[in-house]
Amino acid sequence: MADIEKKQEMSSRRRFLIAVTSVGGAIATAAVATPFVMAMMPSERAKAAGAPVEVDLSKLEPGMLLMVEWRGKVVWVLDRTPEMLATLKTLDGQVADPKSEKPQQPAYAQNETRSIKPAILVVEGVCTHLGCSPVFRKDIAPADLGADWLGGFFCPCHGSKFDLAGRVYKSVPAPTNLVVPPHTYLSDNLLLIGSDRKESA
Amino acid sequence: MNKRLDSMREWLDARFPLTETWKYHLAEYYAPKNFNFWYYFGSLAFLVLVNQLLTGIFLTMNYKPDASMAFASVEYIMRDVDFGWLIRYMHSTGASMFFVVVYLHMFRGMMYGSYRKPRELLWLIGMGIFFILMMLAFTGYILPWGQMSYWGAQVIISMIGAIPVVGQTLSNWILGDFMLSDAALNRFFAYHVVTLPVVLVTLVFVHIVALHEVGSNNPDGIEIKANKDPVTHIPVDGIPFHPYYTVKDIFGVVGFLIVFCGIIFFMPEMGGYFLEYNNFVPANTLQTPDHIAPVWYFTPYYSMLRAVTVNFLWIDAKLWGIVLMGASVAIFALLPWLDRSPVKSIRYKGPYFKIALTLFVISVFVLGWLGTKSPTPLYTLLAQIFTVIYFAFFILMPWYSKIDKTKPEPTRVTE
Repeated sequence: MADIEKKQEMSSRRRFLIAVTSVGGAIATAAVATPFVMAMMPSERAKAAGAPVEVDLSKLEPGMLLMVEWRGKVVWVLDRTPEMLATLKTLDGQVADPKSEKPQQPAYAQNETRSIKPAILVVEGVCTHLGCSPVFRKDIAPADLGADWLGGFFCPCHGSKFDLAGRVYKSVPAPTNLVVPPHTYLSDNLLLIGSDRKESA
Repeated sequence: MNKRLDSMREWLDARFPLTETWKYHLAEYYAPKNFNFWYYFGSLAFLVLVNQLLTGIFLTMNYKPDASMAFASVEYIMRDVDFGWLIRYMHSTGASMFFVVVYLHMFRGMMYGSYRKPRELLWLIGMGIFFILMMLAFTGYILPWGQMSYWGAQVIISMIGAIPVVGQTLSNWILGDFMLSDAALNRFFAYHVVTLPVVLVTLVFVHIVALHEVGSNNPDGIEIKANKDPVTHIPVDGIPFHPYYTVKDIFGVVGFLIVFCGIIFFMPEMGGYFLEYNNFVPANTLQTPDHIAPVWYFTPYYSMLRAVTVNFLWIDAKLWGIVLMGASVAIFALLPWLDRSPVKSIRYKGPYFKIALTLFVISVFVLGWLGTKSPTPLYTLLAQIFTVIYFAFFILMPWYSKIDKTKPEPTRVTE
């Protein structure tokens, strides 16, 4: 019995060859896996999609929300009334990032109204929690949202709340303000969403 | 005639272990003789698995995994394919019933300590099955491409995007696009009908092999193998699985099918719990339905996801919610090592365990119910309280199971 065990003991040469073969096999497996893993990344067609979109604002009335599709996401364009804009200052204490310090917007929208033109808010209508699209609730002090609700966006999925500049309230699941996409004005009433360079239109 | 059959069997047995397998797994597999009602759910889970595989094959014959055609193809199955409605309802009801029987099967294990040594690995394989089952349910729910399919998937995929550093790349890799779109639907179809079923069937096979290696637990939580007949070496408290438990399980199958058919024929949507009303609306990428909730079997975890509303330890509430939700499922896998009671079965465990298990079950039901409701401050507070109870059941178990006042276990199984 002991003799057989001795004979089966591996020589260092065989041990080395087994190790080399195993490493070679592992490298080959990784090499073969690469094309399969890469095949699951967004395709060239998916990468090519997503051009900027132009939006005509001439028919947008104060207090009205316009929904625009850009890269498969909804972008909101809201023309805020003076009363709506007045609520923003009073909410500074209740929102998590009142000065928009987190990089959720281009530099030109990092201001009190989070917009280029004070009245016109352009934000992605995608909750920063888990991607639901919040509901525009401009009714003041509704029964379900409480007496101190001054209008804003409410996410039906997990209850996150945003004010009329897309700033997130404290103590809700969403961690950050709504994203302001790159945008610019090609003329007074022509908005370009998806790029902030006029020449790319 | 008999002689010919015998010689055929001998021919086979010389080439394949047919009789041996039959004996090892059925005719001479000795299961404890005191199995009760709770022991139906293993075989019922197998029945539902077969139902899902069969009806699923027939659904793929008419379903189109294309974002522009998926919804219409499901309606086509429901309206124009002969008996398409029946096959689809068998599949959709089967999905919910899969979770019903698996949850009862797991609860049985928790009551009688079936996860304890030597069945830890068996329990872990079962956890693997549970995980794959959740993946199957998720990918399957996306396929009709209705509003709930789309927004449910949106929420789950966003969780992957929340993983620090690699999250965004990972989510692009999973979706095959920069947002949830046709590419994702197409590949989730591949997972749902090929990858995941293959893994599930393999795990179920391994689960049964592991079970027959260690032997079944029983409501008394004692090892029947510890008391074997000195001559035959058969456990004195064991009876052969076939015919005793095959007959018993057929009785269970009949009872189950009565309920199953009742649901299929009279309430296939189960009041919006099995098939949600919003999923009869085609996916609209621009608008989330006013009220979204997952299907009932995910609602307890979903409640815990949204219960976290405060940032804590430099990690924001969103990531904590996701971590907590993952932990609420994964923590079951630790049970074999959390339970330090000297006895296995609830029959001999003391009041602490009974109270803890009762509170746990209540918290699962309350969290499950809250998960179907829109979040309000009161509901969020309730979800937070019951999330703590849910986790306390597991985390405090090493302590309360040890100091609990247990009763002595019998040496033979009781009737």
